[in-house]
Amino acid sequence: MRVTEGIGQSAPRLEDDRHLRGKGEFIADIRLAGMRDLAFVRSPVAHARIRAIRKPAGCETTVFTSHDLVGVQPIVAVSGLPGFKPSVQPVLATEKVRHVGEAIAVCVASSRAEAEDLVAAVEVEFDELPAVVDMRKALTSETRLHDHWDNNVFLETFVQVAAERFDEPAPIVVRRRLRTARQCMSPLEGRGVVATWDRRLEQLLVYTSTQLPHIVRTGLAGCLRFDQARIRVVAPDVGGGFGYKGILLPEEVCAAWLACHLGHPVRWIEDRREQLTANGNCREHDYDIALYAEADGTLIGIDAEAVVDAGAYSAYPFSACLEAAQVASILPGPYAMSAYRCRTFSAATNKPPILPYRGVARSGVCFALEVTLDAVARQAGLEPHEVRLRSLVPAEAMPFENVTGKYFDSGDYQECLRRAIAEIDLPALRKRQVEMTGSLRVGFGCSIFCEQAAHGTSVYAGWGIPMVPGFEQAIARMTPDGGLELRVGIQSHGQGLETTLAQVAHEVLGIPLASIRVVHGDTALTPYSTGTWGSRCMVMAGGAVGTACRELAERIGRIGAHLLQTPAHAVRVGGGIVTGPKGSVNIAEVARTWYLRPQDLPIDVAGGGLEVTAGYRPPRDSGTFSYAAHAVVVSVDTELGEVRIIDYVICEDGGVLINPTIVDGQVIGGTAQGIGTALYEQMAYDNAGQPLGSTLADYILPGATEVPEPRILHMLTPSPLSLFGQKGIGEGGAIGPPAAIANAVNDALAPLGVEITELPITPERILSAILARAA
Amino acid sequence: MKAAPFEHICPTSLAEAVALAGEAGARVFAGGQSLGPMLNLRLAQPRLLVQVNRLPELAGVAADADAVTIGACVTHSAIADGAIPDIGHGLLSRVAETIAYRPVRNRGTIGGSLCHADPAADWVTVLMALDASVRLQGPDGARSLRMKDFIQGAFRTALRPGEILRAIRVPRLPASARWGYEKACRKPGDFAHAMAAVFLSPGRCRAVIGALGGKPVILEDDAMSPIGATRALEDIGELDQARLRMQLVVLDRALAKARA
Ligand SMILES: Cc1cc2nc3c(=O)[nH]c(=O)nc-3n(C[C@H](O)[C@H](O)[C@H](O)COP(=O)(O)OP(=O)(O)OC[C@H]3O[C@@H](n4cnc5c(N)ncnc54)[C@H](O)[C@@H]3O)c2cc1C
Repeated sequence: MRVTEGIGQSAPRLEDDRHLRGKGEFIADIRLAGMRDLAFVRSPVAHARIRAIRKPAGCETTVFTSHDLVGVQPIVAVSGLPGFKPSVQPVLATEKVRHVGEAIAVCVASSRAEAEDLVAAVEVEFDELPAVVDMRKALTSETRLHDHWDNNVFLETFVQVAAERFDEPAPIVVRRRLRTARQCMSPLEGRGVVATWDRRLEQLLVYTSTQLPHIVRTGLAGCLRFDQARIRVVAPDVGGGFGYKGILLPEEVCAAWLACHLGHPVRWIEDRREQLTANGNCREHDYDIALYAEADGTLIGIDAEAVVDAGAYSAYPFSACLEAAQVASILPGPYAMSAYRCRTFSAATNKPPILPYRGVARSGVCFALEVTLDAVARQAGLEPHEVRLRSLVPAEAMPFENVTGKYFDSGDYQECLRRAIAEIDLPALRKRQVEMTGSLRVGFGCSIFCEQAAHGTSVYAGWGIPMVPGFEQAIARMTPDGGLELRVGIQSHGQGLETTLAQVAHEVLGIPLASIRVVHGDTALTPYSTGTWGSRCMVMAGGAVGTACRELAERIGRIGAHLLQTPAHAVRVGGGIVTGPKGSVNIAEVARTWYLRPQDLPIDVAGGGLEVTAGYRPPRDSGTFSYAAHAVVVSVDTELGEVRIIDYVICEDGGVLINPTIVDGQVIGGTAQGIGTALYEQMAYDNAGQPLGSTLADYILPGATEVPEPRILHMLTPSPLSLFGQKGIGEGGAIGPPAAIANAVNDALAPLGVEITELPITPERILSAILARAA
Repeated sequence: MKAAPFEHICPTSLAEAVALAGEAGARVFAGGQSLGPMLNLRLAQPRLLVQVNRLPELAGVAADADAVTIGACVTHSAIADGAIPDIGHGLLSRVAETIAYRPVRNRGTIGGSLCHADPAADWVTVLMALDASVRLQGPDGARSLRMKDFIQGAFRTALRPGEILRAIRVPRLPASARWGYEKACRKPGDFAHAMAAVFLSPGRCRAVIGALGGKPVILEDDAMSPIGATRALEDIGELDQARLRMQLVVLDRALAKARA
């Protein structure tokens, strides 16, 4: 039988049926008897000592402060990197508040509106302190966020390789100061928690919109000082995560504690205002970067200093330094070079804690490197792609270890860039640029980057954060009717893993997709996992499912062989059947026999049954490296500063694609977010640390009218490090756009002598730069 | 967030609505497209909401030889769909279809837009350029005001306590008149960050620049020159160079449209 639903097939997503009919179950769809709503009193100021909190009269049992949460431990996310200073994040503020929106008290009522009435009646007195808002100023500020620290730096890192090269003159040296904006990750569904106490199981049951149910359980158990077995965490349908839900939340701890103490379920549903004002939490980088190159543009090295605005606290489990530590190791991008020096600072500021956002650190790094590289190209008199081709790691060099020790598993980066460029008629565009007069200009830009995915034990053990991924496990279990259940500890929240993991199982066993169910997002039903992040699921959970199904196939084979009266080594399992030399038997018949007619089997056949738990770790855990080139044509209205994307091409290599349509969806969705980073999204703060936006009218997200349909090309270079040659590609779409679009805008503005170095590229920024140049 | 507690009444006549609107803590509620978010963010915490968009007195449309009179509670969608008589060139309908998104237009009303007086609201600028006037009904009777007197600043109007905007009288465009309307927005349907409406007819030229921090700027006849416009905008003293430039460019483009 031909495999039509297996690896490489664009099978329709199994989860779409319920989602397209509006029949999914998200956190706010959950109704429990007696459930009451929570609303949080949040800090209106960025930095202050709390002098007093006064509950409204008669509200002793409906309003709770840190004093009430007896025994609850603060959230602490350490890192093992030398010099890291951990912060202590109380789940409700104790002496101090350190960012606008920090939770101070929690109010319980029979509806959210009534809980907000209580919030309005709680009085808090503050002694305001100066706010530390700018990350560069934070480094030297006299004001300390954390009283016992000697500066506002979570971590400083420094790496250098052959740095003496930077003391010698180089034919080309280009230096740039570049900045990216602080963004609010904005999944369609916000965060939310429902917590209840199960009296029969004597177990706390927490439904939460998370990417990491098992990690949340571990974190909750630590804060509540519970045995982990006394807690069950369930992630129901989750409407997008992107990293926003890869965290243990103070709100989760509060809701859990209340559920244990109040005798009724509670829920908290985050609203857009909370998301925007209390959670501007990603992407804010500042670079001082110099590229050294030969006269022909070949890269000699990068000398850089980067500051990441890590916000007020080290968030659990990824810590405050993940982003900056990554910057130091990934800044060389997909290029070969001999010299490298990079110093990074994770600055503590009076803003919400930084979280890893899709393409962690990479979209900023790609922007910094690729924008500066275009300046090198201009200086060398080369087209942008020509300068890149000089230094991109060549296919012959694979596998390749770069200057920071990153191990590129496979691929042809140069070919990838060439294919993307070939899709854009660059000579015609150059001609058009020369002919164009007037205020409308067109420009071309490109970027190329790699996406390390599913990096594992050794990498994370090196960082020493609270969570280190090891073996990823899956349970493959036949049901008596011949169906298959796959239980995995990751969580699918838009990635289509209910489909793709089933496709992996189908590839091995040939059981129809319609008979395969993927169970995920529940600590009681699934094996332990660090969850869904870092584009790891297809490699890790896919590898685990593949491994479990292969073991299951062995067992099915032994039973089938008995039914066929053939030696076990003579049968083959696949395509839904067990085939022997003289006949075959359906896998469903094997299942039926084992479960329902055990009398037909001798005692020494398949005692282990048709349920397998298997763990998977790749032979080398440095990660798969997918990569992509983005090529963009924009028009810029130089009178109004407006940018329009005219053409967008992506050439992507994700190795063996399990489901090409789902991969395209990941690429398009990521690209939309990258366009937001490039052109629209910014949560600005004033000097007092006040966020300057509280609705989606102020915080602009790209919508259908701003996101073009990219043309996507695929290369399919298998990874030697994964079970089926697949690579993680969940984040790449978001990495390339800021750099490519900035380069295209700068190309359009080059005749005016103007270069944009700060994101997002707003009309105001473009116009101000043009006017400043003209003045 | 959710709104603070309030009472909600649907009066059945304008007289009743005026009486209720005069009560302490009362607030008129039309399509709710501006007031709704303000309630939910608890920026507005009225004691009583007086819902007016089902009142027949505020729904009607009348036309005579000189003008079209539009009930305050006619929605942007109704105007976009051409459900009211044309004042000429399909002007009102073409403006209406660029306001926000269809779901907002389905509920949002022309009167609500004027009473809310967001400096970036399309109707505020356009109707000022057309020299429209508003008809108000209050506890002390009815009165009419020209748009330029009705709009007093950002989110400020000449409405007195208890007064309700009943209708807007928009003069028909003379056959010889030309107009141009232009705005700059980050996304289609978003509030503009620069806008200009231009009205040209023999012997009378007017341009209105909106989306400023306060009341729109009206330029008439000679003041419409680039120098005049620059001076008028500089006089407000709140625009940085980039903003000033955007406004001038948008004005220029609106003029070009009118002259085309
Ligand atoms: C997402 C979004 C995008 C938008 N984009 C635009 C845009 O691009 N351009 C634009 O112009 N507008 C835009 N708007 C605003 C929209 O046009 C609103 O419809 C309008 O501002 C208010 O009309 P309403 O009927 O909803 O008034 P309401 O919200 O009900 O009331 C607004 C105010 O006017 C008062 N009021 C209402 N009617 C009367 C009356 N008859 N007499 C006295 N007082 C009254 C109310 O008390 C309140 O203070 C947008 C709104 C949203 C939500």
